[in-house]
Parts: sequence; structure tokens; C-alpha cells
Amino acid sequence: MEDNKTAQQGISRERLIVSSSPHFLNDQNIPKIMHTVVMALFPAMAASVYFFGFRALLLILVCVGACLITEYAFQKGRKRPVRVYDGSAIITGVLLALTLPPGFSIFGAILGSVFAIGVGKMLFGGLGFNIFNPALLGRAFLMATYPVLTTTWVEPRTVQKAVDAVTAATPLALMKFEGKFASVQDLFLGNVAGSLGETSALAILIGGLYLRYKGYINWKLPLGYLGSMAVFSGIFWLIDPTKYPNPLFHLFAGGAMLGAWFMVTDMVTSPTTSVGQWIFAIVAGIMAVVIRLFGGLPEGVMYSILFMNAFVPLLNKHTRPRVFGAVKEQ
Amino acid sequence: MGHNTFDRGIHPAYYKELTSSKKVERARLPVTVVIPLQQHAGAPCDPLVKKGDLVQEGQKIGDATSFVSAPVHASISGKVKEIDLHQHPAGYRVLSVVIEGDGTTKEWPATPVELSSLTPEKIREIIREAGIVGMGGAGFPTSVKLAPPKGKTIDAILLNGCECEPFLTADHRIMLEQASNVVWGLRAIMKATGAAKGFIGIEENKPDAVEAVQKAISGSTDLKIIVLEAKYPQGAEKMLIKAALNRKVPVGRLPLDVGVVVNNVGTAVAVYEAINLGKPLIERIVTVSGPGVKEPKNLLVRVGTSFEEVLGQCGGVVAEGEIEVLNGGPMMGIAQTALGVSVIKGTSGITVLSGASLKRPGFEPCIRCASCVSVCPMGLMPYRLGDYGKAFRADEFKAWDGGACIECGCCSYVCPSKRPLLHWIRLGKLKVREQAAKTAKAAGNK
Repeated sequence: MEDNKTAQQGISRERLIVSSSPHFLNDQNIPKIMHTVVMALFPAMAASVYFFGFRALLLILVCVGACLITEYAFQKGRKRPVRVYDGSAIITGVLLALTLPPGFSIFGAILGSVFAIGVGKMLFGGLGFNIFNPALLGRAFLMATYPVLTTTWVEPRTVQKAVDAVTAATPLALMKFEGKFASVQDLFLGNVAGSLGETSALAILIGGLYLRYKGYINWKLPLGYLGSMAVFSGIFWLIDPTKYPNPLFHLFAGGAMLGAWFMVTDMVTSPTTSVGQWIFAIVAGIMAVVIRLFGGLPEGVMYSILFMNAFVPLLNKHTRPRVFGAVKEQ
Repeated sequence: MGHNTFDRGIHPAYYKELTSSKKVERARLPVTVVIPLQQHAGAPCDPLVKKGDLVQEGQKIGDATSFVSAPVHASISGKVKEIDLHQHPAGYRVLSVVIEGDGTTKEWPATPVELSSLTPEKIREIIREAGIVGMGGAGFPTSVKLAPPKGKTIDAILLNGCECEPFLTADHRIMLEQASNVVWGLRAIMKATGAAKGFIGIEENKPDAVEAVQKAISGSTDLKIIVLEAKYPQGAEKMLIKAALNRKVPVGRLPLDVGVVVNNVGTAVAVYEAINLGKPLIERIVTVSGPGVKEPKNLLVRVGTSFEEVLGQCGGVVAEGEIEVLNGGPMMGIAQTALGVSVIKGTSGITVLSGASLKRPGFEPCIRCASCVSVCPMGLMPYRLGDYGKAFRADEFKAWDGGACIECGCCSYVCPSKRPLLHWIRLGKLKVREQAAKTAKAAGNK
């Protein structure tokens, strides 16, 4: 009856682990993913410091610090396991900072960070449970609380070396309110007025492609978003090139690149199904162009993504993948 | 351009090099064997011997009258010591025959048989009498598989030589060392089912096996090798049929509904031996591998030999730390609670994991990265099914097609939050079954 005569070889029963299959897992984990995303944001951060100086670095550090402290405080206060080390709060902090104008108030940045993490993430239950992208939610909150500061821009120092902090309009505002189009080359390199990280499309692209190479972003999302922006804005450009800027302008101006590579692709707030991801990205892209061309605001990336975030549960529910061997209903 | 394959799936680290170049060795004759009377899907066998009986190697010691079953045979000659409940590698206790060996072995000389002299019925009878079951692990009685119900025709036999589980190389060695027997077995299976075509699916990471089998089938027009991408779970029946023949088995149906029967290459060799040697299924090739084994090997082991005995012949396990001993490979194998369990007909490998290859306990919240959705070969949404299963929400679990899960474990493998998704999906399946049983009972009471 007794079957464990395992002593002969000195293999005691206590050494045997028993778990259900699979017994073998890959080496991915959340901190690894999050820290890679932070790495991918370095080119954009470096570009922001290059174009806007020490002030940009200060804003980034303040936002990251405030995000980390807020998350830690919430987890401690609610007696939840402290997961602040997983790196997701760092991403929120960096992304929020990159959406702010260089001259933004430090206190405002702290306030935005507390809102982004506190309301945008922790009140929903923490990482994985939030509906909206926390950084964008923080940015939307600041848009409402600091309407003037969030739309006051300065020229990058490569343009105005002598005088620091000259107020300037962003390319999108120029387009919208004055009908002037910035050159695509300046936009691509980042030599224009704008938020910290929204200016250099090149720096963001490097980070985005690195993430794609690492396999942490789904190519459908940036492709769908930028593709639909290009196609939709291209239609208007073909109709009247003097009134509407060309598609490249749209892709490289404002937050399109940052949004496409780092916010549309946010795992938590994007759909999990293939069809859902296409719909999510394409509709958001169209929405961004509509706001830019016809809305009351010069930039529509933030609201386009936040708006589509709200539809993610619905998309996940109604775009189920086809089950292998599913029988067609008669 | 890659080779044929199915949609999604994963590319785990395979570690096949530990044993893939090692010739199959015959394991030592065990002193005692514990032979479970159920080593197959279907009805358990009743013992045909009693305590104190003398038995010969290859003698039938258990059989059942039901159609879906397979007899079991003595794997060594000796005396029946007891018939009692013993731990089975599937995790429960099964009535088993314990034989104390007399130290002698029997020769199984080959007397070549002309296949044309046998009728399909006769082939199936030999297969049934030899106790042959699917040797890939599931253990479905082969004679049942080869008897298509009325109105169904089988046009293709597909031999499974994928061996997509990490570590395992038993099938690889069989194709290398016994390619002609594999082909002979395939022809016998084709004859038994009336199938006109035979296919052998082999993953691209075994080019030497492809070469060996190609040599064995050269000149035949009705046999074909299909080289497949090395991807897990390529060897899962439905995935293999899709990859090799581009046919999709509908949910809840069997391969024979699309005219195909899939058999493992090891099963084909067993069929060859049953017909030509008159030898029942009493031993099999077992890959003993994993970081926890000192000298990984491919061993020809008699059914009923204990895991402990087999591991002992491979230098034993690592001296310290926790280990996980599996019946099978690391993706679908079953963890053992004791090493006294027996090697059975379906034991394709004994994998011992240790140290860093072991899972760490605990898991993090789901971050909706959709990795599980993007790898599920069945096109399910594992993170969702896992949540339903964990919460015992049987209705939603059913509505989201949880029943279609083939339990390959790709979802758990890729999850960055290390959520035990498959474990929860199994809970969901269990709850659905419980609910169905309850409904059936309620209907019966009316």
C-alpha cells in the first residue's frame, strides 16, 4: 500500500514540488517590461533636455518623484502590497512630464502627477485595473486647472539662443489659428515649440522602434493610429492643400508620435483582441485629425486616446477572436 | 517562407540537445514492477491473475470487456506479489499488479509478416490484444481509434513526430533508430482503417529524423513527410492536422470527422512489434531529462518500473534544493508527489526541473498585455477565462468557449504577471462539469 520508499536515494518527499502544468514559464515579468519602456523613453527625454534645457529635466524628475510617492502612499495607506518598484509609476511620470510645456509650474506638475496616479490609477485598483491612461488623465486634469499655462509655449533654444523663454505658438496652433505650416524637417527633428517630448518625432521613433524590437508593443496600434491619421488628413490635403497641411505634418506635429508609440500602445488601456486593436487605433487616429482640423483645440491626440480608452471594455467584449474550428451558426 | 504550421503558439526553449544525440539504452531489468490496471483512457481492466500466480513476460494480466479499453501485460517474468491500490502518475490511486521478478527475460524474435495476408479486423484485433494505446501521452486505446464508426471514412493517417514538448527526444530517437519500423507500422494502420494516404509530420528542428524517415519511405507514392515549423503545441492533434493537411477539426468533434486519424510515431512502432514480434506493449522509450537529472538519457524502460529506479540509472537527481518530477514534459506533464510511481504506457519522458527552472510562487495583477490572447492556438481569451474560472462563474466561462481549451499551457507560459491561467481555466471546466451534472440530476428527479 505504501508507495513512498523514496528514502533509498535520499530524495525526501519534502523536496518534491507539485504544481499544475505548465511547469515551465518564460522569463518575462512586469518590472522587466516597465523598465524597458522607461529605457525606450530616454531618447525623447534626452531630446527634451537638449531643446529646452535644465527646466525639462527638472519637470521630468518632479513628475516621476511625485508619481512614485503618490503610488507608495496609496499602497501603504490602503494596506495593499507595495508594488511601486514595478516601474509603471515611472512611466506615468515621464509621459506626463513629456506632455507639459517647458515653462510649466512645478507645483502644477506635482498636482498633475498626484491626480494621474491617485485618481487615474489607484482609485481604480492600481496597475491593470485603470480604464484611462493615467498620464493622459493627469494632463487632461492640468488642462482644466491651468488652461493658460498648459497652452503657453516657448521656442526651443536652437531657434532663439539669445533670449530664453520667448513665448511662441506651436505648429498646430499656427496651423489652426494663422494658417501657417511649419516645415516637416523641423517637426521631425524637434526644432519647434511644443511640449517637452512632443517635439522630436525622431527621438520618439527611436524609442518606439526599440520597444517594437523588444516585442512589448503591438505593431497594429501605432500603425493603425498613425496610418489612419495619415489617410484621413491626406484626404483633406488632397481636397485643399492650402487650407489643410499634408499628412507628414500631422504625423510629426504635436503629440501624434508620442501618443502613437507610448500611449495608444499602453497595454492596460488598449484592447486585447486583434480586431479591437485595429478599431481602437483607427478610430482614435481619425478622431485626433477631426479635433485638430475642426475642433476648438489645436491638438487632439490626448482626447482621442482618452475617448477610445473608454470603449476598450466594449471592444474586448464584442471583438472576440474566432475560436479554432468554430462551427458557423446556421 | 517558413514551414507549415498553425496560427499563434509559442517558441519555448527546447533543451533537446541534452538527449537528442544519445542512443536509446536498455534500462536494467527491474526487480519489482508495479503495473497499474488502468494506463489508458476508458474502462479500467480487471485483474486476470491473483496473488501468488507465476506470470511470464508478455502475459496478459488485466483486461476489460468494454470496447474503449486496452489490456495490460506483465512486463517481467516472476510471481504476483500483491494486487492493491498504488499511486498512478496521473495523480490518483489505481488497482495495480505488483510482480516480483525471477531475473529471467524473454526473447522476442521477429517473424516477418506480409501485411497483405492480414485483414483490417485482424490488425485491429492484434493491436487490441497487444494493449496498444496512444504513446504520446493521452493513452487513448489505438484499436478504438482505428475503428471508424459507420458512415465515417478515413482517407489519411497522420503520424505525429513533432515532439514539441521541451526536453523530450524519445520520438526523435525512434524516428532515427527505427525509421523502417515506423513506416511499417504506418502501413499497418493505413490498412486497418482503409486510408489511402499516410503522412508523417516532423518539426524542422529534427533534420536528421526527416532524412532517416525519408530514406525509409523512398519509392512510395502514398506516403509523405511534412516538415513543420518548430513551434509549441505543434504536436497537439488539432494543430497538427491544420498544419499538415490544412483541415480544421470543428469544436467538440474528433479528427475522424475530417477524415484523419493521428497516431504517435512510437505507437506505429508498437504496432509493428505487435504484428511482427507478437510482442505486447510492455516497454517504451522514456526521455529522462531536465536540469535536475545528472545524466540525461533516452532509456527503453519496462512498464511498471518506478521513477526512482529510472532516475537512479541516470545518475540520480541533483543533490540539493527543491525539484519537480514530471510524468511527461514541462508544458503538459504531471508533477509527482512520490517517486515510487510507475512508468506507464504513456510516459514519454520523466522531466526533473530544479533551481531557476522552477516556477516562483505568487502572481501579479493582469496588465491586459494580451500576450495570452496572441498565443492561444485555439483562439480563446485566456485572461478572461482565467478570471471566470477562478471566480467559479461557470455560465460566463461556457459562453466564452472555455470548453474548447486544449490545456497546452501557452497562456500561462507567456504571462508576464505569472498568473496561473491554465490552472484557473481547469477550475472553470470543473465547475461547468459540476453544473452539468447537477442539471442532469435535477432533470432525472423530475
